[in-house]
This record gives sequence, C-alpha cells and structure tokens, in this order.
Amino acid sequence: MPDKKGRVTGVNGNLVRVRFDESVLQNEVATINCKGTQLKGEVIRIRGQEAEMQVFEDTSGVSVGDEVAFTDDLLSVELGPGILKQVYDGLQNPLYKLAEKSGFFLERGLYLDPIDRDVDWDYSPTVKVGDSVKAGDTVGTVPEGIFKHRVMIPFSWSDTWTVTWVVDPGSYNVDTVVCKVKNSKGQENDVTMVQKWPIKKPIVNYKEKVLPVDTLVTKKRLIDSFFPVARGGTFCTPGPFGAGKTVLQHSLSQHSEADIVIVAACGERAGEVVEVLREFPHLSDPRTGKTLMDRTIIICNTSSMPVAAREASVYTAVTLAEYYRQMGLHVLLLADSTSRWAQALREMSGRLEEIPGEEAFPAYLESLIAGFYERAGLVELDDGSTGSVTIGGTVSPAGGNFEEPVTQGTLKVVGCFLGLSRARANARRFPSIDPLESWSKYKSVVDNDQVTTARSILKRSHDVHQMMMVVGEEGTSNDDYIIYQKGEFLDAVYLQQDTFDDVDGACSVERQQEVFNTLMMVLTAKFALGDKDKIRTYFNRLRQLFIDWNFIASGTEAYDEKVKLIEAMIKEAQDA
Amino acid sequence: MRKVYNRILQIAGNVIMLEAQNVASGELAMINSRHGASLAQVIRLDQDQVYLQVFAGSRGLSTGDEVRFLGHSMQVSSSPKLLGRIFNGSGVPRDNGPELDEALIDIGGPSVNPAKRIIPENMIRTGIPMIDVFNTLVESQKLPIFSIPGEPYNELLARIAMQAEVDVIILGGMGVKYDDYLYLRDTLDEHGALHKSVLFIHTAADPVVECLLVPDMCLAVAEAYAVEGKRALVLLTDFTNFADALKEIAITMEQIPSNRGYPGDLYSQLAARYEKAVDFDGAGSITILAVTTMPGDDVTHPVPDNTGYITEGQFYLKGGKIDPFGSLSRLKQNVNKVTRDDHRTIMDTMIRLYADCLESREKQSMGFRMSTWDTKLLQYGDLFETRMMDLSKNVALEDALDDGWAALAECFDPEETGIKTDMLEKFWPKKSEASN
Ligand SMILES: Nc1ncnc2c1ncn2[C@@H]1O[C@H](COP(=O)(O)OP(=O)(O)OP(=O)(O)O)[C@@H](O)[C@H]1O
Ligand SMILES: [Mg+2]
Repeated sequence: MPDKKGRVTGVNGNLVRVRFDESVLQNEVATINCKGTQLKGEVIRIRGQEAEMQVFEDTSGVSVGDEVAFTDDLLSVELGPGILKQVYDGLQNPLYKLAEKSGFFLERGLYLDPIDRDVDWDYSPTVKVGDSVKAGDTVGTVPEGIFKHRVMIPFSWSDTWTVTWVVDPGSYNVDTVVCKVKNSKGQENDVTMVQKWPIKKPIVNYKEKVLPVDTLVTKKRLIDSFFPVARGGTFCTPGPFGAGKTVLQHSLSQHSEADIVIVAACGERAGEVVEVLREFPHLSDPRTGKTLMDRTIIICNTSSMPVAAREASVYTAVTLAEYYRQMGLHVLLLADSTSRWAQALREMSGRLEEIPGEEAFPAYLESLIAGFYERAGLVELDDGSTGSVTIGGTVSPAGGNFEEPVTQGTLKVVGCFLGLSRARANARRFPSIDPLESWSKYKSVVDNDQVTTARSILKRSHDVHQMMMVVGEEGTSNDDYIIYQKGEFLDAVYLQQDTFDDVDGACSVERQQEVFNTLMMVLTAKFALGDKDKIRTYFNRLRQLFIDWNFIASGTEAYDEKVKLIEAMIKEAQDA
Repeated sequence: MRKVYNRILQIAGNVIMLEAQNVASGELAMINSRHGASLAQVIRLDQDQVYLQVFAGSRGLSTGDEVRFLGHSMQVSSSPKLLGRIFNGSGVPRDNGPELDEALIDIGGPSVNPAKRIIPENMIRTGIPMIDVFNTLVESQKLPIFSIPGEPYNELLARIAMQAEVDVIILGGMGVKYDDYLYLRDTLDEHGALHKSVLFIHTAADPVVECLLVPDMCLAVAEAYAVEGKRALVLLTDFTNFADALKEIAITMEQIPSNRGYPGDLYSQLAARYEKAVDFDGAGSITILAVTTMPGDDVTHPVPDNTGYITEGQFYLKGGKIDPFGSLSRLKQNVNKVTRDDHRTIMDTMIRLYADCLESREKQSMGFRMSTWDTKLLQYGDLFETRMMDLSKNVALEDALDDGWAALAECFDPEETGIKTDMLEKFWPKKSEASN
C-alpha cells in the first residue's frame, strides 16, 4: 500500500481540511496525528489538492501542519462470528473492552478490534477441495450462540473460485485461514472467518429481492392488527419528545419475532441504552429459552458521543443486519433516532457551506433517507433460503410537527407509519400511536375487512366526541352516544396495552385473534341499553371485564371464565 | 516562552482573527487590552488565520492589542479548596478569595462510556408532593424546569437543593439577574449549605461569551467529585441564556441557522452538557436540574424543544405550580415500584381524576348541566390543588400518599375511583378516619 500522507490546513469543529500530495479516494479513512493521538476521520469532499474530512473525534488540539495518514480504505466494519451480544459504538468499537482499557471515559483515538481474537470457534467446513465457490457462498460454519454462523467467501470478491485447501474441523480463532481458493487467472486467496465491508454500500450477494409478505409479529395489538409491519419491510415512528418512541422500540426489541435484533441508539440518551444493556442479559427470550441478549447487538452512539460517528452508526448497524441476513436469518433493526442522524448530516453540511435546503438540512437528505431504508428487504439467497432485514426508525420532529423534512422524507419511503401523538401520551393512552393518522401497507394478523369496520367505528366515535364538546351530552342522540362508547371501548381494551405487564405487554397472534373476534361482537352489536347513564355504566363494566381479561395469562381457568362472563354480558344487552 | 502576537486583523461580534502559527484548535489565549485582560478560545483555524472567541467581549479591543497563546485549553481547578467558593464564568473568583490553580482539569472532557453507567435507582426526596408523588426525582437524572419568565423557578431550584441529600452542590448561573444570584447564594448560606457548594456565576451584566463556559466549568467540577464517589447536584439557571449565547456566536461566524436563528448543532451542544448526568458503576453520580425559560410560554420554541428531546422529563412550572400534565419524570418508574405499594396507584388515579375534573370544569364554564359525578369531581379538583399542588408544602412522601387517600375518600365511593380491589382493601381509609 502506498504511504499516502497529508498535512492539516484548517480546522472548523469536526471538519478538518487536509492538503495531500498524491491521490485520495472519496470516503477514504485517514488518521490525523494530534500530538501522538491518532484521530480517525473520513474524506467527504475533495477540492484540488485539498480534502475535507469529518473527524470521528473531538478535534481540540489539532493544529495546522499536523500529519495525516490516508489508509486507502473506505469506512468499514469487520464481519465474523462474535458480533452477537456485543455493544459497539458507531464505528464498531467494543464498549466493554474500551471500558477495560480506559475506564469511565471514552478515550480519544483508542480503537480496538471489533471481533475478539482470543476466542476460538468450533469450525466445520462445508466445502471440499475442488468445489467451485463465489462471493457470499458458505465455506464452513461455527456455532454462534443459538445460530449456525456461516463463514462466507468475502462479498467483495468477484469471479468464481476453486477450493484448493480446506482446514480440518476444529477450534480456531477468526484470523485462522480456513480455506484457500484459486481463480481462473491463477490468483490464490486465503479465506478466514472475518471479512471487511464498507458500511455505506449495501451487501447484494443474493439471488433476488422479493416482496415482503409475512407479518413480523411484534405482539402489540395496535401494530399487528391495525398497522402491521412485514418481515423485510420498513416502518417509522415519528413523535414529539416524551411521546413514547423509545419505550415502544424497547418493547419491540424484546417481543418481536425476529431472529436477531439490532438496537441502534443514534444520538439519543446514554441512560436508555444502559437499560437495554443491563437488563437484556437477565431477560429470557421465550422463543429460545436463552436470554434476550443472545439475539441482540447494540450499536450505541449516544448524543454526547462524536457527531460524525453518529452519522456512521446507522450504516454500521444496517451492514451488520445485512451480514446476518446473508445467513438466512430475519433481522430487525431499530434505529432511535433517525433525526439525530439527519442532524449530524446537517451539521456537516453547514460546515461544508453547502447550499441548505429546508430547515438548513442538506438538499440530498431525502435521497440518503431513501437509500438507508432501501437496505431493508426480504431476499432469496443463492442457496434458496431467505433472509430479511426489517428497519424501524424513530423520527424526532422539531416542535413535534410532522411537516418537517426528516418526517416527510421518511414517510415517502416506508411501508408503515406509526405516528405517535402528544395528546394520547398526555392522556396516558399507551402505546400512543395515533389510530386515526397511522397507516400500513402490510398484512394484518386479523381479518382485513373487520379491521376496516373497526377503524370506521373509531373514526365515527371521534367525530361524535368532537360534536359532544360543542352540544354537550344532552344534545347527542343515544345511538351516537353508543358509537362514541364503542370507539372508546375499542381504544381502551384493544389499542391500549400495558407495555410493562408480563401478560398484557406481549399479546400472541392467537390471542389477538380471539380478543379481536370478541371485540368485534361488541362493535357490531345492536345494543338496547336505555339512557346515557345506563349506557355509560354498561360500557364501564364491560371495559373493566375486558381489561381484567387482558391481564390474565392464556390457558388458565380464570381466562376461560372471563371469556364466558364477557360473552354473556354482550348477549344480555343486545336488541331482541 | 510562546510568541506574542499584536496584530489583530479582524474584529466582528465577539470573534477576532489574527495570523499565527502552531496554534491548536480549542487552545486558549490571553488578550491584554487597555480595558484589562481577557481569555479567548480558538474556534477555527484556516491556514495561518486563527479565529478566537473573546470571553470578555470585543468591545474596546484594539487591533494592536497583545495576544498570547497559552498552550492549553480551558481548565478549572478540582481542588477541595473549591468548596464554598464563588467564581465567574471564566473561573475568576468573585468572592475576593484567592485564585485556585491546583489540580487543574480540562473542561468539556470526553463522554462517559455507556458501559460504565448503571441504571439509576435512588429517589431524591424533596418534600414537594408534586415531585415526590407524581414526578419523582431520581439521583443522576437530568431534568429541566420549564418556565415562563416571572415564575418562581429559582425558589424551586433552591428548595430542591436544600432538601436533597447530596454531597456537593454546584450552582451555575447563566445570565442571571444580580438579585437572583444574591438570593441563591444567601439561601445556600442560611441553610448552612454554602460550605459544600461551588458557584460559577455569570450575571446578565457580564460579557455574553463567558456564559458559554459556565455549564462546562460546573460539570467538569461535578465529574471530578463524582469519580471520587461523591453525589453531586448541579443546578443551572438559565439554560436559555446559554443557547442564546451560542446563537450569537453562530451568527457572528456566519453559520446557517436551522430554526429561529439557532445553529443546527443546538441539540448536540445541549446534549453534550446534559449527558454529563450519570450514575457511575462503582463511583458517585451527577444530577442536573436546569431552569429553561420558554420565550412566549411556547414549548415548541427550539430551546425547550431540543431540551425535552435530551432530558429525562421536565418539571413544567406554570402559575406558581408544577403542572401535573406537562410535567414528567421519565425515571420515576425506576423508583416508585419500591417506595410504597400504593405509590403508583395514587399517582395514576389522582392525575386521571384531576384530568376528569378539568373536563367537568370546562363543561361547567360552557353552561352544561353538572351531574352528581361532575359535582364530585369539582370538589376533588379543589382538594387536589390545595393539598397536592401547593409548592409551599413540605411533607414526606408517605404522608403525602396518605393525604391522597384521604382526599379520594372525602370525595368518592371506592368503586368510583377505578382502583383495583386489592389496593382498596389495603389502603382505602376506614369511614371514621375519613370523616375526621
Ligand atoms: N407504553 C408506555 N407505557 C407507560 N408509559 C410510557 C409508555 N411509553 C412512554 N411512557 C412514558 O413516557 C415517557 C417517555 O417515553 P419515551 O422515552 O419512549 O419518549 P420518546 O418519544 O422516546 O421521547 P424522546 O423523543 O425525548 O426520546 C416514559 O419515560 C414513560 O414515563
Ligand atoms: Mg426516545
């Protein structure tokens, strides 16, 4: 590799200008030697003999004339066994290892191996000498927790290769050569258990991308039944501060039926990540019997960590997601918050003195958002198996107003919109997803026509409520009042769900279907109840029964008893 | 000995530019002018051109003034002698005491490794029911007090500081009125808390740029104590002035504003400070309470808005009371599960019924007929306001919970409250008690 060097000519926050002699690549990684500390950065603009770099660290102490070394590499992550259960920063630095080295604080310029070299893996080859392989093909596997981790020919190797040597099955660390391959030009390459991949490029070693069809079950009634998410689909959850975005994402990361969950804490509070990383090792995953941490990767670049690394963090996260997808797994990536990523772009764009778009966001914001969500998808792999990446991002719009560039740019590209409302959060109606504003293009776990019926009742109930504010209860007909009560009932017993309750917090598909059917009996019933006081009392009682039911574990006697009580109460009150 | 420069090429706003070599980004310089000496900090380097932000402001600076680079960035002493002392924004004593230059540490240091944080779980008792019962303050929490100008926010700040069990109190004033500074200082003094306090005070009359240093000075000192195992409480007032100072510098530097003139990195700037709140794994903690005045009582104004996205809830001060709906402690669930069995029940029920009461009041004001239920709610609302919302109350959490049950029992039948039966059996006041 040529020894490419340069010198600092200007510093403006985390944007550093460098004069270079030879050639540099766009998005090439370089390090600034700041009095012996190596600060990593990425070239983001080249003009003449000067390159502008966004530096992934605090730049205090950098002087004009400091030496810069270019690496000839794009910003990349390491892929291999041992990524699961890790807690990384936005550049894939392992945070626990960093803490061992530098204590309480994140030390500038300290970068460690993302994948532990001291761990040995039980390797079993799946190819033999003479086999023909290409990029992305599996050459062996190692057990990584609950999964068979595929060791693959690096995704970037073009050409077909013939296997010339294979290691014996055994226990090796990731740098061990596990097989050798040769191409038609006679070039021979070593394959190890790790490879590198540039994070801003999608991994595309699959047969084809197919339309997401299956619902990704989240065990949230409001989502699965009303605004479902698909495996390989995309969704966003915009909402003002304190509306419940993070609580919702944490709950999704616990209960969603995905093989792997990647939590990308992007520019948000450190305290929230701490909850995940301290609690997940102790929470059990009902799907596997292991802990939740066994299926989780945390990418954590919180708000006080360097801004440029925050920009990188979402790409790091999605690249890891694509890597596990290549093993035929279903990966859910949750990014909180994509607005902080967009703000990182805005900060950089401002320093580059680019012509700003709306709210000073760069003009290319929308295409970057689209490019990010496009990395989701359900794919058919070359061996016929399927894998998927589902992406859910929170959006934190300024002033809680959805008419802003990040929300709007996101809404254009996602398949499901779960809009969180301040009013619902204030009224403690959780999850505070607005049932009148939200939408989804994916398939529900309950009957679609019935969902439409339920939604229309919700809408009419809302209208009656609005009217009642003007004309009072006295001016409302009993029939309208029943519609109003039905809507409120649907909200209280089905849409609202107690996230923190062991039973109610996670509602299985079967249970959703059963509850939904009973709910529809209420919504479609023609009630003969008398005056408004009687109507209100009736619905209050029915609601209490239903809510109690929601908190009783399935398959218990108490559960069946409640169902009987509820059904009887519905029958009693119907018109003859 | 470093070279001295005496040719300032540009003075605009509070930023000056000169040509110099071997200067580092973030480095400090001392400027000596006819009006005295001022510190300045390098904020941009462009070849030989060095841009500095002058803490004492540029008024009266001359192009021929002497600029001497100091070879380090802003520092503050972390010596135990700090306790009981009062400084201005750039660390100069304002209490006639000696300058402190022992145990100097850099301000604005790196962030805490999230792996070294623990989940906070210690309640900070304040004796204020609206806080203890409904929006429990937790050690290591970062919480702003949203307020319109004129509300008693400094009184509330002082009240919490006096009540809280902490080892050190660090008070940072940003653009505070001189009278408010005196009030805060004297209150600490009267309660015998000054000896465990450190004050960094920037008053409204001081140069704007100095205000920018205050939170970093406070938090660097707090961090030094926390690492030593101490529980530090940092009180900052008023963060909106800090944001306005940022805005001023950004505009001078011709940065493109993102929202109402504030720079695009406002969120990151505020977060860098608030995120210093921490509960260390194996050491102490930092709790931050910060007054954030809201221009025009508008929560969507960029300063409160960005703050709300960063902090762990907010106390919303309105009409001299902590508003039960706009206020939130996001960490309360970490502690109120272990305080007392009925804590969550009282918290949820009383707020829900108060919301219902407000609806009844609205109906009443519109001239609709009041049902018996409405009448009960109206009675309850008055009780809630006098017994729970009054900020002058000073009662233990347990007594406040008992008061809550009593108020409910005075107004409602048990089954009207929507409280689960087992809770009612255990806590609902017996008839004789309620009628007393
Ligand atoms: N499902 C829920 N059940 C009960 N309480 C909730 C729920 N969701 C949110 N809350 C309450 O609201 C608070 C804020 O929620 P959360 O942190 O998820 O907000 P957010 O939308 O992520 O805000 P920000 O944009 O500031 O990060 C929580 O601390 C909790 O008190
Ligand atoms: Mg959040």
